[in-house]
Amino acid sequence: MAFLLAILIAFILYPVLRVLWVSLSDDEGRLTLIHFVNFFRRPLFREALWNTLWSGLLVVLFSAAMALPLAYVLARYEFRGKLLLQTAATLPLVIPPFVGAVAMQLILGRSGMVNQLLTNGFGITIPFMEGLTGVVLVQTLHFFPFILLNTMVSLSNIDSSLEEMAQNLGCHGFRLFRRVTLPLMLPGFVAGSLLTFIRAIDDLGTPLMLNYKNLLAPQAYLRITTIGMDDVDGYVVCVVLVILSLLALLAARKYLSLAEYATVQRAAPPMRRLQGKQLMLVWSVIVLTLGISLLPHIGILLLSFTKVWSFTVLPTTYTASNYAEILFRAPHFVINTLRYMMLAAGLDIVLGAAIAYLLLRTHVVGRNLLDAIATMPLAIPGVVLAVGYLRVFHGWDFPGAGGPLTSSWFILVIAYTMRRLPYTVRTSYAALQQVHVSLEEAAQNLGANRLRTFMKITLPMIAGGLVAGGLIAFVTSCVELASTIMLVPRIELGPISYGIYLYMQSPLGRGAGAALGVVAILLVSCGTYLTHRVFGGRAGNAFRI
Amino acid sequence: MNAAAVRLDRIGKRYGAQWVVRDVNLSIRAGEFFTFLGPSGCGKTTLLRMIAGFIAPDEGLVYLDNQAVNQVPPWQRNIGMVFQNYALWPHMTVFENVAFGLRERKLSRHEIDSRVGKALEQVSLKGTEYRRPSQLSGGQQQRAALARTLVIQPRVLLLDEPLSNLDAKLRVEMRLELLKLQRHVGLTTIYVTHDQEEALAMSTRIAVIDRGQMVQEGQPREIYEQPANEFVADFVGQANLLSGKVRAMVENNLTVELAHGLKAEVSLQTLDGSTRLGDIVLIGIRPEAVRLIDPSTASPGLNRVEGTILASAYEGACVEYEIAALGKTIKARVTNPKTKRVFKPGEKIAVTFAAENVTLIPAKLDEAKSRLEEGTAEQ
Repeated sequence: MAFLLAILIAFILYPVLRVLWVSLSDDEGRLTLIHFVNFFRRPLFREALWNTLWSGLLVVLFSAAMALPLAYVLARYEFRGKLLLQTAATLPLVIPPFVGAVAMQLILGRSGMVNQLLTNGFGITIPFMEGLTGVVLVQTLHFFPFILLNTMVSLSNIDSSLEEMAQNLGCHGFRLFRRVTLPLMLPGFVAGSLLTFIRAIDDLGTPLMLNYKNLLAPQAYLRITTIGMDDVDGYVVCVVLVILSLLALLAARKYLSLAEYATVQRAAPPMRRLQGKQLMLVWSVIVLTLGISLLPHIGILLLSFTKVWSFTVLPTTYTASNYAEILFRAPHFVINTLRYMMLAAGLDIVLGAAIAYLLLRTHVVGRNLLDAIATMPLAIPGVVLAVGYLRVFHGWDFPGAGGPLTSSWFILVIAYTMRRLPYTVRTSYAALQQVHVSLEEAAQNLGANRLRTFMKITLPMIAGGLVAGGLIAFVTSCVELASTIMLVPRIELGPISYGIYLYMQSPLGRGAGAALGVVAILLVSCGTYLTHRVFGGRAGNAFRI
Repeated sequence: MNAAAVRLDRIGKRYGAQWVVRDVNLSIRAGEFFTFLGPSGCGKTTLLRMIAGFIAPDEGLVYLDNQAVNQVPPWQRNIGMVFQNYALWPHMTVFENVAFGLRERKLSRHEIDSRVGKALEQVSLKGTEYRRPSQLSGGQQQRAALARTLVIQPRVLLLDEPLSNLDAKLRVEMRLELLKLQRHVGLTTIYVTHDQEEALAMSTRIAVIDRGQMVQEGQPREIYEQPANEFVADFVGQANLLSGKVRAMVENNLTVELAHGLKAEVSLQTLDGSTRLGDIVLIGIRPEAVRLIDPSTASPGLNRVEGTILASAYEGACVEYEIAALGKTIKARVTNPKTKRVFKPGEKIAVTFAAENVTLIPAKLDEAKSRLEEGTAEQ
């Protein structure tokens, strides 16, 4: 307990507090708000704040418009090819947003595929990818699955008797949806929207790739990397980012607490079969939505095999040399990624399971604090955590690392572990909740002590949840750029995301960067597929009495 | 005489300021089938879990075979418990479930095989060894849970409402089977239930629990026929409770004046010395002791009052009536109605009861008095 708390405080709470402290103190270490006043005095920062808020809300709005119809159809209807669509719907998550940004440039950019066609045909261009529009577009296509998946879970968790009762009382059709279904699925929808908003304002890669710097995250990054660790403005921007996240969390809290309703489930709602015209309609809507959202994947795949592609609709020369580059000449990006992600996922599983166990099965004092700190990373942008780490662990020799922690690759593993810890805590918590206490008591009653009960009863029963949580951590760490880009000590220690970023800086490297992107997509797809297999067919059901 | 297998000495448990169990003293002899009976939330399951060791009492001591076991963890107590939801492990087969306790005890494979086989035979589950619990019916799950517990040969068997998840017919069947098994093995058993019928049918002794306190302890007949207080009279079976003033006492026969001036003759088997002439007392009459007759029929004796049928429910084996009489609602149960007339709501009838079917219920004097005043006020 004390050990866990110490870890969490050292690697989550303390770095963030240090960032806060720097932004709140003057040169002599006195408390002051002057830095914040300065922040609001500068038009650049005011605009960045406004842009961040506005683009975040737009992303949520557009994502919701894309995700909600899909979620309803996928959760409530049975039809051919559904599994395929379900998988396709999660694919946008597997492409790092900044990779998607590059691909979208190729397709929708000023001299991209579509505008080439338009120029050739009509002599016009449409500025899809200019400025904030591009950022919002890329982020929407990347983040809408968050809303989709969360809403789907909520929808399929609604006890069918709740809707049947309403029908029994004469409520049906759209009215039934509005008065019963909608309020019950709201928790999932709000959770998804919250996640989307926080991730969108936290996203550093997309604006950097699209060369749009007037948002908070890139501002913080630029301040710290160009002016230096001692530039107070960078810290202030970080704190403003955290405040935005926290405000979003606060606004959503009312709805999130409702989530308990939906989980008291007896019978899943019945699936309706789709046939004939309805099926056609649904298919065309889905194919259209998902088709757009898969554009980046197509673009990146094309680019990875491209030797020359400029000012033409399709590439002119194809090659496999990009793969040779990243697999043989510079294989360290892929190897590093595998090493970091597995370590981080493993650590997350252990920490998550331990924290969940403490929360649910013991009454140790301080477990609420533990819970609170473990949940914090959800609201802390990667940039902020990275800045905190740089501040705290810079110039402090870590035992075994042979130098400051910030110059070893451990720092990346730690950052990934902490950033994704909330996921494994949640999945472990949910899994453990499914295990009725009496199952453990029965084992103790028959002579098994606590440890043996945990090993023989609890662990086998929560293993599915733990693995799923670990996979989620693995998958999402793969596409993490914000903290990576700031914490990578040396190029040869960088993971895939860093490699992509580097390659994409030069026009000649774009092919190799895309090839790395494809590898990342494959890695993440495998992880996602396995997650589905572990949860697959609702694996949890087999573990219920 | 047998030593006490389980003894509770002034046991108490509280959550915050709220006592959920308070000052319970009990001694359960080896081989007994002892039942904790009470409504849900009365603390009976808490008591059971304190014996199993899952909850530590805040006060008092738990003795097993005359040894205080408060400090002994559950896994060293060797007390078998069958959980209300059976708690069969879904990731193990029936065989693995039953073998669990034996494996924990590090028995040889050979012995485990033979003992599990015997235990499954005992509960007629032979042939289901390699099924998962989810593939068993409710009754089978219940028996598997029982086998899992019996196979370790526990010194005491704890049963936490084990029949409550079964349907009515199966429940009665399992009740008899459980009883046979218990008598056959001779295992000291503690049974928790809120079902008074189950408790009366199965137990050698019953402890009635109300709001964390034991209000009566005794054999089933004592509990039903001489309830210690109003709660017991009303919870175990139904009772028509009437209060009145003692007007005459001749040996064990009392005359009690009820509301409306009605005089009731009460004939008791025993009478403790505390009742005096002029005392306010509470008397109880079981619905099945109430007789209904046509008001025009003459009947001797004083225990007769006129009333009106409020409701009647035909239940096959009996007819349940509610009758407005004495300013209250009197319940009556007429058994074997085949040859009798079933009265309809609104009909005038006469209610009678035999003097020896009335019980005197020790009640707090104030309560009885206020009841009497209520009765008088209604006149």
